[in-house]
Amino acid sequence: MLLAKVVGTVVATRKDERLVGHKLLLVHPVDPHGKPSGAPIVAVDTVDAGSGETVLIVSGSSARMAADLADTPVDAAIVGVVDSAALEE
Amino acid sequence: MQVARVVGNVVATRKDVRLHGATLLILQPLTAAGRTSGRSIVGVDAAGAGVGEEVVVVRGREASLPFAPRVVPTDATVVGIVDPRTRAARR
Repeated sequence: MLLAKVVGTVVATRKDERLVGHKLLLVHPVDPHGKPSGAPIVAVDTVDAGSGETVLIVSGSSARMAADLADTPVDAAIVGVVDSAALEE
Repeated sequence: MQVARVVGNVVATRKDVRLHGATLLILQPLTAAGRTSGRSIVGVDAAGAGVGEEVVVVRGREASLPFAPRVVPTDATVVGIVDPRTRAARR
């Protein structure tokens, strides 16, 4: 999984019917220090994450194992809101 | 699978109910020589790994298999701990 920061919402009225009712958030992957890394991605929110929160993203077909997503065309889902990500160096 | 070092952990109280009880580890992929290679990822522990250990990580859909028949939504899981003697032999 990846750590990412919620940076916005994506609204798409015209979409695959299986995406109807799912909240799409724009998230930016970050390193454990919180520094953005790579390009932002769109992920389905399954835990009611808020803007600015650091979240846990699961990608690929494993994303469809997250809540209610079995036959949904998604490849990224938010599966947790991070309380802390601690490196022990 | 790939080799990575456990460099930390993640706590997330609000999460998918199927991840409850899962230990979330920060994993840093390594090169064959044991050097850092690329971005760190977060994975679920299925091998009892501790911080500082070198581990084997499975990615993708197969990462959920160690927990079957339970459905655990993960795309990275620690499935083994590299024997310290193997690490010494590489140097």
